[in-house]
Order: sequence, then structure tokens, then C-alpha cells
Amino acid sequence: MMHDVLFYLFAAMTLAPALLLVCSRNTVNAAMLMIVSFIGAASLFALLQAYLLAVLQVMVYAGAVVVLFLFIIMLLDVGHEGRLRAALSKLVAPLAFFAALGCCSVLAILSGRGGEAPAGLEASPAASAESFGMLLFTKYQLAFELTGFLLLAAMVGVIFISRRAIPAGNRTEGKE
Amino acid sequence: MDLTDILIMLLKAVVVVVLVMAIAGYSVVGERKVASWAQGRLGPNRTTIPLLGSIPVIGRILTRLGIFQLPADGAKFLFKEEPLPGHVNKFYYILAPIISFLPPMIILTVLPYGQFVKDGVMEAVALSQTDVGILFVMAVSSISVYGLILAGWAANSKFPFLGGIRASSQMISYELCIGLSLLPVFMWTGGTLDLFAVVQAQGGVLFGESIGLPKWFIIYQPLSALLYLVALFAETNRLPFDMPESETDLVGGFHTEYGAFKFGLFFVGEYAHMVVGSAIFSIVFLGGWSIPFLPLSAYPEGILGALLSVVVLAAKVIFLLFFFMWVRWTLPRFRYDQVMNLGWKVLMPLAVANLLAYMVIMAIMPGALL
Repeated sequence: MMHDVLFYLFAAMTLAPALLLVCSRNTVNAAMLMIVSFIGAASLFALLQAYLLAVLQVMVYAGAVVVLFLFIIMLLDVGHEGRLRAALSKLVAPLAFFAALGCCSVLAILSGRGGEAPAGLEASPAASAESFGMLLFTKYQLAFELTGFLLLAAMVGVIFISRRAIPAGNRTEGKE
Repeated sequence: MDLTDILIMLLKAVVVVVLVMAIAGYSVVGERKVASWAQGRLGPNRTTIPLLGSIPVIGRILTRLGIFQLPADGAKFLFKEEPLPGHVNKFYYILAPIISFLPPMIILTVLPYGQFVKDGVMEAVALSQTDVGILFVMAVSSISVYGLILAGWAANSKFPFLGGIRASSQMISYELCIGLSLLPVFMWTGGTLDLFAVVQAQGGVLFGESIGLPKWFIIYQPLSALLYLVALFAETNRLPFDMPESETDLVGGFHTEYGAFKFGLFFVGEYAHMVVGSAIFSIVFLGGWSIPFLPLSAYPEGILGALLSVVVLAAKVIFLLFFFMWVRWTLPRFRYDQVMNLGWKVLMPLAVANLLAYMVIMAIMPGALL
């Protein structure tokens, strides 16, 4: 009973700020909503007794990533661009992606495998750092490495895009 | 869990908060006394309370010590007019001091304060015990920087804004160092992240009884301790790292637009953060409540041993608080670029090298020094 109430509370704490975040036009508000959403997700992990994951979620995302976001937001002073209107043609790819993602999650729920814990994580999954690390670097090594590789690819992509935004001749390095 | 259990837990929490707030509050007076000592003057010595201050000998001594300065300062913060500047973002302006005050209070819930031995079984004197102890502490204390950033942003004026930006960049730079300097310690204790287990691992004598150094982590991981201490100064925004405040170039930094009780919250929050940081340093590197040359089992059983262990830890915390103040009145403030250079070009490589060195040592001769 208590568990259910807490679950719905934390789920609302994760989802409502996420929705508001997408709709928010003020970038600082958006970053703050993101923190609330991350803390909600961390509480859900804690409810599953995955304390290590909960703590890491807060430390990495709420503690470091969003601080970096805020730093960039403040340094670039974004938020005064006015309304951005995306062309309809540009919306097709993301919409298709999210539709596919939604279909997959519905299928996963309908097939009834969503609630099953992965094998090997019996009592209080990922509660202790040791069992978590053991599984991460043995059984789930491949997934772990692949995720790292994806992040690397994303980072390279970001560097490429942001470099292209500044033409080589117009840099202002050393002229502050 | 029935009502009595809840009441006992509440009572414990209240005792902890009252004690820590008393230490935090009196470290404000202590700061002023240490400042005056460093500068060759007397410091606060005239504030007095009518009846208490006129007790023949004791009243005069207490007045001279500045004991009554704290209630006077507190009352001042409470009764001052509390203006709300018209140009601020009101929601974040009010939220910021609360956010910067809460994290140290939350960390208090997981710290072990001493040991309680009953029938040969050793338990921690703590509000709660989790096996992710130190990670919890790091996660929560990483939240506290939002108070500074939001205060700087919500104030909607130049100097606070610069203070807020400095707070965020300093936090990003030094948080890595905190994590990397603590890792070797927790690798050494065999992978547990529990703070109580870390104290228990330090309760012996190093190199046998004849030479006998206390088995504290500061003895056999001195570089980790130094790195953590420097990063702790940066994280609590104490001089020489008080970039976000930096009153000589930023007026008052992030709290320029704050006054009265909201400023008081920032102020007490900083000292509470110092108390919590000192407690963590004592627990991780100074052996917690262990007394040099005595094993942890030397504490008597029952409530007496528990009280003694808490007092020993408090003594170490108070010494570290004094150390914070001592450094403040000894070193000048860094420039902003110096802070960044120190963080990224000196502390980071050192911390990584330190971590690698202990990894190699532990791989070659596991348990050799223990």
C-alpha cells in the first residue's frame, strides 16, 4: 500500500517535470525541472532497493550534468531567441523515432516481460557496489562497452557540429 | 514500527541537528575570534545578555569570550527588515538560500558519530546506515551548488551573476578531484562504501606495536588526504577558494542582493557545510573516533563509550574547523584563472596518478601494509 503510493508519487515526480521541461521556454526553468525529474527517477530506483543506482543517478545527472548545462546556459545567455518554429519536414524524423520507441515499449509491456528482473540479480538488485560492478564488468560487459561507444560517437558528433558553426577564419581566440 | 520508535528516531534527529547547528553557529563566533587572534586584536568581547552577563566572575569571562555574540547575531538576522528587490526572479530568489542550506542537513542522516558496544557487538551511533554511505554524501553535497548558482542568476544583476557562474565552474572542476581522492581509500577498505566500516578499518596500530603509528588513512594515504582537503576547501567555498563570494572584486558575489534571514541561511549553510566536510574528513582520513595507539575496543561498553567516541570525533571536527579558519587568515585568495589551473592542471593529474599508484600497490602486494 505504502509502496504503491510512493511509486505513484515518484512516478509523477519524474514524469510531470519531464513534460513541463519539454514545454518550457525558459532555459533555466527547464534545467531546474530536469533536476526534479532526475531526483524522481532516483527515488524510483531507491524504491526498487537499487540504492547504488539511485545515488549515482543523483551524483552524475543532477549533480554534474545539469550544473554543466546551467553553466553553458548562463555563459551563452540563451533564452532570448524568441519563439523557435521548426519546419514540419524536420519534425518527421523525431516523430517517427518516438512513435517507434512508443510501439516498442507497448509491445514490451504487452508481452509481459517488462517487470522481470534480469537473471543474476536476485536479492535487492544493484544494492551493493560490489555485486553491481561484478555483473557490469562480466555478464553485461558488451552492453556496457556499446553504451560507452555510443556516447563517444555522440560526443564526436557534437564536436563536429559545434565546430562547423564557427567558420575557421572568424575565430576570436586570444582576442578577448 | 510503532509510535515510540518514530518518536525515538525524531528525538535522535533533533539532538543531532541541535548539536551540529550549535557547532556551526559557534564556529561563526570562532571565526571572528580566530580572525582577531591572527590579526592581534581582541574580537567580539562586549556583547552581553543582561542577567547572565552580570553574574560576578563567570559572566565577565563569558562576555570576554564572545559567547553572547551568537544570540545577538541570530536575533539581528531575524529582526532585520527583509526587503525583496523588485528586479529579482522571486521564486528562485527565495528558493536559493533554502537549497544551499538543506544538503548539509541531509548528509547528517548518514554520518556515523561514534560507536555503541553492547554485549560485544559494535554498532554505529548514527541516524541511519546505508552501504552506499560515501556516495550518498557526495551526491547530496553536489546538489548544494545549485543554491549558489540560482542565487546568482535570480538576483538579476552583474556581480551575483558572475559569482553564480564561478560557483558552477569551480564545482565542476573540483568535484572530480573529490571523487578521485576518495577512491583509493575505499579500494583499500575492500570495496565497502560504508563510512562506519572505514572507521573500523582505521582502529589499529600500523607497523606493529613497537613503532606504532595510528592506522589512519592520512598516514598511509597522505596524498589522497591532501587532495581531498584542498578540494573540500573549494567545495565549501572557503578561502583561498571563495570565488563565488570574493568580496574584493564581486561586492558580495552570489549573495550581494540578499539580506536579513535569507543571507543568514547562506551564512549558516556555509558553516554547516564546513562542519559536515570536517566530519567526513575526520571519519575517512583521521580515523573517526579512534584514539591514536588505542584499539577501538578500548572504549567502554554501553552509553559511556558511545558518548566518549562522539566527543573524540567532535574534538577532531573542531580542530579541523579551526584549521579552516587558520588557513583563511593565512593564505590570500587565488585569482579565478589560478583556481582553474590548480584544479585541472595540478590536482586532477595528481589525483589520477595517486589512484593508479595505489591500484598498482594493491595489485602487487595485497594487504601488505594492513
